[in-house]
Amino acid sequence: MAATTVLESLHPTAPRQADAAAVASLRSVTKHYGNQVALDHLSLDLHRGEIVALLGPNGAGKTTAVRLMLGLITPTSGSVHVLGGDPRDHKVRANIGAMLQVARMPETLRVREYIDLFRSYYPNPLSYSQSLALGHLDEIKDRLFGDLSGGQKQRVLFALAACGDPDLLFLDEPTVGMDIDARRTLWGQIRSLAQRGKTVLLTTHYLEEADALAHRVIVLNHGKIIAEGTSEAIKRQVSGSKIRCITTLEESIVCAIPSVVNVTRDREALLITTTDAESVVRSLFQKDPSLSGLQVTSAGLDDAFLALTKSENPKAN
Amino acid sequence: MTTAAIAATSQQSSFAHSTRIYAKEIQYEFLKTSRNRMYSISTISFPVVFYFLFGIANRHAMMGDISIAKYLLASYCCFGVIGAALFGIGVGFANERSQGWLEVKRASPMPSMAYIVAKLTSCIAFGWIVTASLMALGIAFGGVHLTMMEIASLFALTTLGSLPFAAMGLLIGLLVPANAAPGIINLIYLPMSFCSGLWMPLQFLPHWVQTIAPFLPAYHYGQMGLEIVGFGNKAAFLGHFNALLGFTFLFLGLSWLLLNRSNGRA
Repeated sequence: MAATTVLESLHPTAPRQADAAAVASLRSVTKHYGNQVALDHLSLDLHRGEIVALLGPNGAGKTTAVRLMLGLITPTSGSVHVLGGDPRDHKVRANIGAMLQVARMPETLRVREYIDLFRSYYPNPLSYSQSLALGHLDEIKDRLFGDLSGGQKQRVLFALAACGDPDLLFLDEPTVGMDIDARRTLWGQIRSLAQRGKTVLLTTHYLEEADALAHRVIVLNHGKIIAEGTSEAIKRQVSGSKIRCITTLEESIVCAIPSVVNVTRDREALLITTTDAESVVRSLFQKDPSLSGLQVTSAGLDDAFLALTKSENPKAN
Repeated sequence: MTTAAIAATSQQSSFAHSTRIYAKEIQYEFLKTSRNRMYSISTISFPVVFYFLFGIANRHAMMGDISIAKYLLASYCCFGVIGAALFGIGVGFANERSQGWLEVKRASPMPSMAYIVAKLTSCIAFGWIVTASLMALGIAFGGVHLTMMEIASLFALTTLGSLPFAAMGLLIGLLVPANAAPGIINLIYLPMSFCSGLWMPLQFLPHWVQTIAPFLPAYHYGQMGLEIVGFGNKAAFLGHFNALLGFTFLFLGLSWLLLNRSNGRA
């Protein structure tokens, strides 16, 4: 991570502190949209100075969780506590920054005008130049919002979320539409926020992003937490290899081999997802010497993630 | 400092903070809207061009004892204000709501009232620009003479009239999809203005138009404008005011129902 961040240089001494009390929490929150269940008895806590990634496929309930914590919607049941209060309370909100997914925003204001406007919402905002620096906006500050590229727009939205210097930030898919350099730079900014004691909840469907940033990853699917832990722990659960082979073995027998995560049948072949390809291949040959058509590929992160979020053939590690 | 004094100071500073938010919100709302050329040009040029064609061109014609140029000055002021409010709130709100921008504002510490006040103020400002342009045109080319009282009253009417038509714009913005809003608002705005006698005096229009006019909010608004310039009877002023008030509550009530219904689903 080469990019130095402005906030680090401004507050070089701020350490990361872990307070026991939760900065924000959802307690057994259920949210229905008509007959659809978006969140199903979800409980989670955010602690001070922590970056938490909510990871999950589209429709997993990530955005719903964020909108609940922002007080934009109310839960069907369960309770939401943010900064010791209700997120709809004006005083609570003055200490929260949010970067949401916006299809379009009014295009006839300049970047510096948006920054000026959003800074005015907060009682103790960052200075104007600090706010610009947050999103590396100095060279585009005079442009109309409508003239910006997708990645530049995301940078502006990030700066708007953070310019009030809030203690708690919600970032919903912050790096969508960004190239890799811009993404890395933003990651650096998010890290330095946490170093200054800010709490960050971000949603993403990139495992890589969660891995690069988060102290803690919560994997969400169908409105439920299906895995939670450090990104290393999650990766251990989801990363691995794919084995494809033609065998007479039953799926249930293959499933019983240690380190097999998932088994599916593809016509005459078996597709096996595993965290330890070598030992699985060894025991496959022991059990079925006539095994043929063997292929071993390393599962991409996305494949592995799919294996984790797919509810068919779940198997504990 | 006593506790009461501290409380007073913090109240004062929070009042100053709120005032600053409102001021910035209004400033940028107006800037944003005026840079949107489709809005600013059409809002101002429609009434100006129409007034030029129908009012200035017929400046020697008389309606009773006032000139048609003065009569139509009042009615085109109303026409302009209605357009500024309908398009400003209807299209602006529908877009910002459907594209997720409203959500960003709602998640921020901005008071919701600041958003509403800014939108309304921006509409009023455009109403004033239209009114001032029409007055200048009428006085310079239409031989219109206005007393200070008439000028002040027309500006007051412009300010007042933004409210019912902003409420109407809000309702339309909630009812129709954002990309259809400009078209649908035109389909409502232009016929409603015509049938309310804002383009040309009602008595020149077919009888059936005169029959439906009282059911349109723009008719009551236009009548109030005409009474200010000395046309129509003073006794009916309060009736028109009440009708407009009724329409405002109707639009706001329906909007409130729609907003609640969509919040229940969202």
